[in-house]
Amino acid sequence: MTIVAKFEIKYTQYLDENGELLTNNPPAIAKDFDCLKKLYRDMALVRQMDIKAYALQRTGKLGTYAAATGQEAIGVGYASVMNHDDVLVPYYRGQAAMVQHGVSVEEVFLFWGGDERGCDFKNEMAKQDFPIAVPIATQSLHATGVAKAMQLRGEKRCVFTEIGEGGTSQGDFYEALNVAGIWNLGVVFIVNNNQWAISVPSGLQTACKTYAQKAIAAGIDCQQVDGNDIIAVHEAALKAAEKARNGGGPTLIECISLRLCDHTTADDASRYRPDGELEEGWKKEPLLRLRKYLEANSQWSEVLENEMLTEVNQLIQSNADNYENLAAQPPEAMFDYLYAELPERTLQQREVAMARGAKQ
Amino acid sequence: MKAITLIEAVNMAMAYEMTQDKEVVVFGEDVGANGGVFRATDGLQEKFGEARVIDTPLAEAMIAGVAIGMAAQGMKPVAEIQFMGFIFPAADHIISHCARLRNRTRGRLTLPLVIRAPYGGGIHAPENHSESTEAIFAHIPGLKVVIPSNPSRAYGLMLAAIRDPDPVIFLEPKRVYRIEKHEIEDDGEDYPLGVCFVDREGTDITLISWGAMMHETRQAAEKLAALGVSAEVIDVATINPLDIATILDSVAKTGRVCIVQEAPKAGALGSEIAAEIAEKGIMNLLAPIGRVSGFDTVMPYYRLEKQFMPKVEHIVEEARRIVEYK
Repeated sequence: MTIVAKFEIKYTQYLDENGELLTNNPPAIAKDFDCLKKLYRDMALVRQMDIKAYALQRTGKLGTYAAATGQEAIGVGYASVMNHDDVLVPYYRGQAAMVQHGVSVEEVFLFWGGDERGCDFKNEMAKQDFPIAVPIATQSLHATGVAKAMQLRGEKRCVFTEIGEGGTSQGDFYEALNVAGIWNLGVVFIVNNNQWAISVPSGLQTACKTYAQKAIAAGIDCQQVDGNDIIAVHEAALKAAEKARNGGGPTLIECISLRLCDHTTADDASRYRPDGELEEGWKKEPLLRLRKYLEANSQWSEVLENEMLTEVNQLIQSNADNYENLAAQPPEAMFDYLYAELPERTLQQREVAMARGAKQ
Repeated sequence: MKAITLIEAVNMAMAYEMTQDKEVVVFGEDVGANGGVFRATDGLQEKFGEARVIDTPLAEAMIAGVAIGMAAQGMKPVAEIQFMGFIFPAADHIISHCARLRNRTRGRLTLPLVIRAPYGGGIHAPENHSESTEAIFAHIPGLKVVIPSNPSRAYGLMLAAIRDPDPVIFLEPKRVYRIEKHEIEDDGEDYPLGVCFVDREGTDITLISWGAMMHETRQAAEKLAALGVSAEVIDVATINPLDIATILDSVAKTGRVCIVQEAPKAGALGSEIAAEIAEKGIMNLLAPIGRVSGFDTVMPYYRLEKQFMPKVEHIVEEARRIVEYK
């Protein structure tokens, strides 16, 4: 017998749960405190946005919402390495990356508040980004298509796409890895392993030891990082993005975290989550450890914390106000973006919808 | 100008548009060196290179998903699904994304893509290769679904499909791929989408069909003429969105209608056409609407497929019954 191939999966963590660096030779960002403080603030923005979204939902002002509590370092971390002209193809719990790449908090609220204008991103940076793909794993394939267009045009851009660990059970995910490998596409696959696919624990999704190794079958570079360590997420994403932009092909990064919230506002995780998991999880969450690290380096204080929270909460509140004050679209909006040119028959239905709307 | 078949016309239209527009790329299973299992892409890779005529791995959802990503970047992908029977893994992308992206982004992202697929029975193909499931996509708002019935129409409609700013499902009636030839000028002139074509004018009855069944329907009109019945023949061509105005105009003239489809009868495009006529044109009707169709059965294996498909004599018989109705 001959061994014809051998594989290994590397796991990277720089910052432990106590906010201590595990190496004397960390990536450059570990000493770039201005950058880390900005990322800390960006993670806090996502956490506070989720809190606000829950408050809006619980008071009947927002539809079902999927928070990303505990996973802020993943989306903020990888999207912070994206250039303006890189493209994000998000999944439904992807608000951290979306906001990092220019989507407004108001647009996030609009999407979950039942208004398509939440997908009409106004920020130039997000103009080519996909809206959330609700059917699980379909986004992985759209990302490969975007990357194929960039490749055919000879552009030095890349694509980031995120998926939950449960989503990696879908055929589309494997098909995307496969084609990205064959065509050497400039796409970075982020697996947000938050341990739960609604109520199904990570261990029931795969017999693999890691989700990262699913990429091995597609011939794609892959690795695991501590998804609660933004330094590790940032560093892995930075290298993968540079590789992708320069023709080096795709990478899969499995970011291990824990969902510290219910699946959505319509879920009650106490029905299935083991006792003690949340308590343990809150000790390892990403904001706490970065704050400890910044404090240990005399870069953060209670005063700065309060100033920062005031700033992000004002921003969120003004976005929430804009969302709540924005009148619903007129009924004809159902028709106005269906085709470049509306067919005659549908045009007649548009008249009917307008007449009905006028009576209400 | 040479006489070419329907499939050669599809090929000629793709080649014309690839020459004109560098953003047009063709991909699918076996479309490259092999030129497609039906030869729809024959010679395209030689002419335009491997970068623009791409053999994909064997995964239909991937083909549709990649087309969406490319089109969202402004390219114009023309993707092939080898047989319509295998389109269903891609249906999630076609229905849940192609049809919706312009609408859900309020026009920010649009998808100028074409997904081609041969469909229909009559060529003694294996299981899952012969169904007529076009109504599934005709039901989906946001899609355009186009079916050419002869070589000229295939050329003009394919050009229009590639140039259209919205996603077009282009279904090719494979039974008539090579059944007739037309002399077609390769001048890049397209045909309009979203309109029916009146193939033959008549006064006694309107025969409505699309795709391969147009072949039988045209023959039936000839036979009816010999019997003294003047049949108007309409090729629906674009089944979504449906040009009902042309159909209603014809019904107003003839007062009698026979719809001919290869697909099973229930919940099909013929049902929608009949309902529209009943809703908007019933006062012009001199006889109940008739339908000649496949049966509401699973498409049989090929030993029985001829028993499933409507034939010229069935159309003639039904048309005569409708014309004689008092």
